[in-house]
Amino acid sequence: MLGKLNWDALPLGQPIPLAAGAFVVLVLVGGVAFITLKGWLPYLWREWITSVDHKRIGVMYVTLASVMLLRGFTDAIMMRSQQALAFQSQGYLPPEHYNQIFSAHGTIMIFFVAMPFVIGLMNIVVPLQLGVRDVAFPTLNSVSFWLTATGALLVNLSLVVGVFSRTGWLPFPPLSELAYSPDVGVDYYLWGVQISGVGTLLTGVNFVTTILKIHAPGMTYMRMPVFCWTSLATNLLIVAAFPVLTATLAMLTLDRYLGFHFFTNEAGGNVMMFMNLIWIWGHPEVYILVLPAFGVFSEVVATFSRKTLFGYRSMVLATMAIGLIAYTVWLHHFFTMGAGPNVNAVFGIASMIIAVPTGVKIFNWMFTMYGGRVHYASPMLWSVGFMVTFVIGGLTGVLVAVVPADFLLHNSLFQVAHFHNVIIGGVLFGMFAGYTFWFPKAFGFRLDERWGKAAFWCWFIGFYLAFVPLYVTGLMGMTRRMQHYDVPEWHPWMLVAALGAAVVLAGIACQITQLVVSIRHREELRDLTGDPWMGRTLEWSTSSPPPAFNFAVLPQVESKDDYWRREHSADRLVEAEPLYAAIEMPRNSATGFVCAFFAAFGGFGMIWQIWWLVIVALVGAFATFVVFAWRDRTEYEIPADEVARIDRANRLARSQARAALQAAE
Amino acid sequence: MTAFEAGAGYGGQNRGGGADVILGGGSEPLHAHADRGPASKRIIVGYGFWIFLLSDIIMFSAFFATYAVLSRETAGGPSGKDLFNLTNVAIETAFLLLSSFTCGIATIGARARQGLMYYGGMALTFVFGAGFLFIEIHEFVGMIDQGAGPTRSAFLSAFFTLVGCHGVHVTLGLLWLLTMVAQVFAKGYRADILRRVLCFGLFWHTLDIIWVAIFTVVYLLGAG
Repeated sequence: MLGKLNWDALPLGQPIPLAAGAFVVLVLVGGVAFITLKGWLPYLWREWITSVDHKRIGVMYVTLASVMLLRGFTDAIMMRSQQALAFQSQGYLPPEHYNQIFSAHGTIMIFFVAMPFVIGLMNIVVPLQLGVRDVAFPTLNSVSFWLTATGALLVNLSLVVGVFSRTGWLPFPPLSELAYSPDVGVDYYLWGVQISGVGTLLTGVNFVTTILKIHAPGMTYMRMPVFCWTSLATNLLIVAAFPVLTATLAMLTLDRYLGFHFFTNEAGGNVMMFMNLIWIWGHPEVYILVLPAFGVFSEVVATFSRKTLFGYRSMVLATMAIGLIAYTVWLHHFFTMGAGPNVNAVFGIASMIIAVPTGVKIFNWMFTMYGGRVHYASPMLWSVGFMVTFVIGGLTGVLVAVVPADFLLHNSLFQVAHFHNVIIGGVLFGMFAGYTFWFPKAFGFRLDERWGKAAFWCWFIGFYLAFVPLYVTGLMGMTRRMQHYDVPEWHPWMLVAALGAAVVLAGIACQITQLVVSIRHREELRDLTGDPWMGRTLEWSTSSPPPAFNFAVLPQVESKDDYWRREHSADRLVEAEPLYAAIEMPRNSATGFVCAFFAAFGGFGMIWQIWWLVIVALVGAFATFVVFAWRDRTEYEIPADEVARIDRANRLARSQARAALQAAE
Repeated sequence: MTAFEAGAGYGGQNRGGGADVILGGGSEPLHAHADRGPASKRIIVGYGFWIFLLSDIIMFSAFFATYAVLSRETAGGPSGKDLFNLTNVAIETAFLLLSSFTCGIATIGARARQGLMYYGGMALTFVFGAGFLFIEIHEFVGMIDQGAGPTRSAFLSAFFTLVGCHGVHVTLGLLWLLTMVAQVFAKGYRADILRRVLCFGLFWHTLDIIWVAIFTVVYLLGAG
């Protein structure tokens, strides 16, 4: 009846997971009870859970990413403190628990922090930058989000029910095969990642179509903001890479569930094929994450230098070049496989070549700042911090692209330091810059600058304290994923790294404080102009937060940085009231949530092999699609005078706020 | 005003003017549709579905690559030469190709709002698709019966997964086909339903393309 599920799945005998699980369950139950008692459920259901508005979905993505960041960071703190303590001792985490923690840390940080953060920002910003009202497939967008949330739910469920994978963030066979990982840990990984991966793939389809087919009139490709270009490259990579992940995980699933022989040691299975396949997805994934961050920096650096971006066309070309070369470097993750010197040389050289367009970008940002009036608001601090940090990460990357050097550094902490250097210094700093930059657009008020700057400095210093020691110990020969060690020379460095993690924790505390303080002081921080930073692109031309339809009339685009052009030309004076017309908007739909509901139960059923639950879930998911397809009314109309009412109020507020600003100057 | 003129009018801030020529400053087609604003729904839906199909083909390519790597790993068990019956495969292929033709007729029928063509085309498509599936399942069951199931060797794992994945697609396609028949029957030739019929057609033809690759890579090369 319940498959492999029984009472032993609960961590009743292990104090740390039990306490952590109980805490999470309490917070969740408390949260739901609070929301229900306050009577907010109908509001949440109507305005958020069933919303197909790209801005709302984006906010939910970023919220998911932020919550998961706390979870992933908790794992990080546990690893750092374990390694600080576990010198010639066992520390406080037993090996099988420690292995789950580093596996969960990587899985959560990549799939449920970095990915949702990137996709969330794209959701909020891309349609606004293109000057349109929504993405190509709004309901599909909601499905994507809820499937991602389902994946996160399943992975976190393993904290309380059963165990998580112990194989690292990628389930390398043969360790991940049934013979060596007989419990449900790897199954949690497989279904959690598979379900969220489908969501991500649908996002890719959605955004490629949006960016290539839905523009404001006159928004030609070479007038698109760079963030749209990098989003396009990222989503093309998603469309081309995630299906490989789906196929690879499906093969491992077949091995585990039905006794197939793809990656087993016997009957002709080939372990190294898994490495090749997973990294054919895995390496482009790195660029899927970092390219949108590059887009954010391009917007931020241009805005806060009060200049148009230097080398727009070379930026576009570099972005697309990175997208292409991203596919020719995957083998550098396992030079030690022994593919032979010629194969290794090809991939080593490709890995060095991909640094060239990245270097082009760094120079473009620096030349954008050169001669500009640089204003160091916190998004700009994150950007400059990124430039310094990412160059170091890039250089160590080129270093390990040298095959003989890689043979020495493979699987060492040097590797760990390198990819944290580019992912924290590149992706995360970029996401934080974007979060601060576009927060006023999404909510109508700015974030507190003092706490924002404090958060930046804590993260920046904490990052170096935490990861420079890993470079050093990596060079000293310390391998990754060690639960304990006996080498005295490593110990002081591990203590410094733990201190670094504590400083990063202070940075996260500053960010939480910043959010709370900003919400409490939202009236002082309110932005009525719609353009708090003297922005350049179309998202700043509408009110903050934008109305459901984004633009009362679609903007007529005449150049790149069109908003800046309009703001600083004579047009602005004769900005007459447009002719308002009724607007058709997609109706809200519970399809996404209901699909995710069935996917959650289906995934849970697969993990614990509760087959009837799987069948019920499949039937339910199909029924949901049919019900959705049977709808007669898919859109609702906002009448012209309603549009006019909303837009006039926004225009009035804007012009008053601007007049007040000018008077203050 | 063309986009190129607009770009040039941007004056001193327009750096790297030489790249104009390369990246579409002068290429009209790149700008043609964007000047008019968002594309029509039919184009958006068809285009988006194409992108999805491309991703599906990439998933198949991973299975094809795996099959290519493992096709000789028979672990002492039967190889393709021992197992494949090319007559069966020829009938399967004929069924699938014919179903693609009838699917095309159904699509034309839907566009022309000709009930006979649409329902007749869909019915024939279903019959051919189900026939294909029947032969495939028959082949699979026969192989498993003679001890050549997917757990026998890496070659057979890869074979059953690649061909089976195509079979699952055909099954889902049949389910979708029935849904589309029901939709047209209940709602008529509404614009959004016609767009779905278009997508279904694209999907069905893609299965054909993948089958041609399977026919070649798995059966012809394997039996030879």
